[in-house]
Amino acid sequence: MAGQMMTGAEILLESLVAEGVEVVFGYGGGAVLPIYDALYQQDRIRHILVRHEQGAAHAAEGYARSTGKPGVLLVTSGPGATNTVTGLTDALMDSIPIICLTGQVPTHLIGNDAFQEADTVGITRPCTKHNYLLKDIKDVALKVREAFFVATHGRPGPVVIDLPKNITMGEAEYIRPMAVGHKTYRPIVKGKLEDVREAVQMIAAAKKPIFYTGGGVINSGPAASQLLRELAHLTGFPVTSTLMGLGAFPASDKQFVGMLGMHGTYEANMAMHDCDLMVCIGARFDDRITGKLDAFSPESKKIHIDIDPSSINKTIPVDLGIVGDVGHVLEDLIKIWKSETQRPDADALKAWWAIIDKWREKDSLAFETSDKMIMPQQAIQLLYEHTKDLDTYITTDVGQHQMWAAQHYKFEKPNRLMTSGGLGTMGYGLPSAIGVQIAHPDSTVVCITGEASFMMNIQELSTAVQHGAGVKILLLNNHYQGMVRQWQEMLHGGRLAESEMTGMPDFVKTAEAFGMVGMRAEKPSELEDVIKAMLAEDGPVIAEIETDKTIGCYPMIPSGSAHNEMLFGPRESKATKISAEGMTMV
Amino acid sequence: MGGEWAANKMNRPVTQLDQTEQRHTLAVLVDNEAGVLARVIGLFSGRGYNIESLTVAEVDAAVNRSRISIVTSGTPQVIAQIKAQLERLIPVHAVADLTVEGPSVEREMALVKVNAIGDKRVESLRIADIFRARVVDATSESFVFEMTGATDKINAFLDLMVPLGMVDVSRTGVAAITRGPNPM
Repeated sequence: MAGQMMTGAEILLESLVAEGVEVVFGYGGGAVLPIYDALYQQDRIRHILVRHEQGAAHAAEGYARSTGKPGVLLVTSGPGATNTVTGLTDALMDSIPIICLTGQVPTHLIGNDAFQEADTVGITRPCTKHNYLLKDIKDVALKVREAFFVATHGRPGPVVIDLPKNITMGEAEYIRPMAVGHKTYRPIVKGKLEDVREAVQMIAAAKKPIFYTGGGVINSGPAASQLLRELAHLTGFPVTSTLMGLGAFPASDKQFVGMLGMHGTYEANMAMHDCDLMVCIGARFDDRITGKLDAFSPESKKIHIDIDPSSINKTIPVDLGIVGDVGHVLEDLIKIWKSETQRPDADALKAWWAIIDKWREKDSLAFETSDKMIMPQQAIQLLYEHTKDLDTYITTDVGQHQMWAAQHYKFEKPNRLMTSGGLGTMGYGLPSAIGVQIAHPDSTVVCITGEASFMMNIQELSTAVQHGAGVKILLLNNHYQGMVRQWQEMLHGGRLAESEMTGMPDFVKTAEAFGMVGMRAEKPSELEDVIKAMLAEDGPVIAEIETDKTIGCYPMIPSGSAHNEMLFGPRESKATKISAEGMTMV
Repeated sequence: MGGEWAANKMNRPVTQLDQTEQRHTLAVLVDNEAGVLARVIGLFSGRGYNIESLTVAEVDAAVNRSRISIVTSGTPQVIAQIKAQLERLIPVHAVADLTVEGPSVEREMALVKVNAIGDKRVESLRIADIFRARVVDATSESFVFEMTGATDKINAFLDLMVPLGMVDVSRTGVAAITRGPNPM
């Protein structure tokens, strides 16, 4: 079949359309001029011009995470490519499928230190799932096909395609590749049935079980979240979730014991510590989750379901590892559970829930309010009250506000929380929110942020205004890099080295200067009205909330401690001695 | 100890953490494409794994396939991680841990330059003969020996050649293959 003659840039765009791409986040430059010229002459792909390439990467992540489809970004060579490195690493750590198209100098100049040349594939090799440098125009269509396959199959992740300018300017016949799949990369999606059967036996025998769920449930697709609900209800087991997994299981369900880990609930962490069976579903025993490794859930048998074989036995040795996609494994597990007419040990479970309910009574997320200062948790609770009945997506930045959002915003559905979990990228929240809003123009998108994180990619306000992305920025301003300050108070004698944010702009005026709406709440009495007013606007808004400057984020497991060594407030944390080893783990 | 680990496989229980470091030889079949060796080496350096030796060469030009042999060391848990991480690389076809997957043959080649005259020159030839090393270059004051064998044997040969005037050595690193009829 003879194909049509096209330029490399046109072949690239055809290939993107063939993958179902509708939006590309990007920033032009010399090496990608042919691609931009081709974009200009078509109307199937919408281009969202960002203000910094890092913003494009996070916007693509937000787009991907909220839709379940891969996000695409397009940047120029050299600085364009190097500016995406943080976003690529972020996507790698959180398993987000994005395709990063980078311009490159012409092939004959590669290696010559040409203007805006960087060794993009060399630089991005450790921060992508895979990357390509295309040196032959005939490869473009096939490699784009392959890149999307790699990004979205198995454990998802970022893929870079480096496109030298002579390739995008050259001409060739476009033949749509027929091949699906990959000659070497074939991830296992079905778990071994004998392993799943063994898991069913272990679940049926458990007396103090817990489901420990993570982002893998969300990455597996909406069906996996449904199956998780079904399994939880069939067994009656408590469910806890990592930050990345929030929403896969409804926060309002009485079997949900809240997020676990460093800033998780008391009941979740105690249940993890004291359980006799832990079923880890699509999570990876991150150090923010496990705390002190040798004191991690010492008495339990552990089952680990993960699509990435390298996650199993990486940090925590497990009794049964099942390599497979969460959705497929849960489906088989439920089928076998039902066909064997298994029942959980009802008496043991009743006793276990009685213990958990006692822990719950501690009400570990409780905080004191004041009539003078707004508590940040209060702002998030009110935001939840006013958005729970709307079609809402939340993004966060990184720090205290992120943990408060995770603790106090009740996520009921998957794909509704966009946050930088593994890498902890300050500056993620705003561009990610823009990506979400572009994907869901009629939904409510709120970026919960702090003033320090917000400043890291504040230029993207201009992107939001240009493209009519009506993101709502709930800016919790405590005038400090709050989480840094909290650790300095705990570990470094209260010497607040460079963690105070001074010389900051007036955020209301900043909003206005960017052509958007700004508002501010300084007293608790103003808070609710400001949140309502923020949500009532169609366009983008900054709602700056002046919060209490001094409070810390609790409860917490100090670094290097075990799950049953939680702190509930600043008084305890001052009295706590943290080992040198623990200090290095912050 | 290798046998126990073999039974464990990737996703089977590792209930007791064995902290003893073991030397393992891994064979990795990869697509011979640009950057593939950098991916493998970057994985080892980025994750802090040891490389004792690494060799790579194309083994099947028709299908563009290369074989990398890596000698590494680590606890059983680390070795399992290395294998899983290698398998995760996109251009990797297969990874075999030759140390645990049945008996295998390991060979290395060394080129050894010895500058010696008189008795030492004679002695170096005599020892080369014992080790079945071949002379591949000779001048009136030097030899270059070619010697093939297991790593230990080459080490023993070099130990003997040092006092006789060894001035230079080039080693290939280990190439390894399983015994018996089956391919990897």
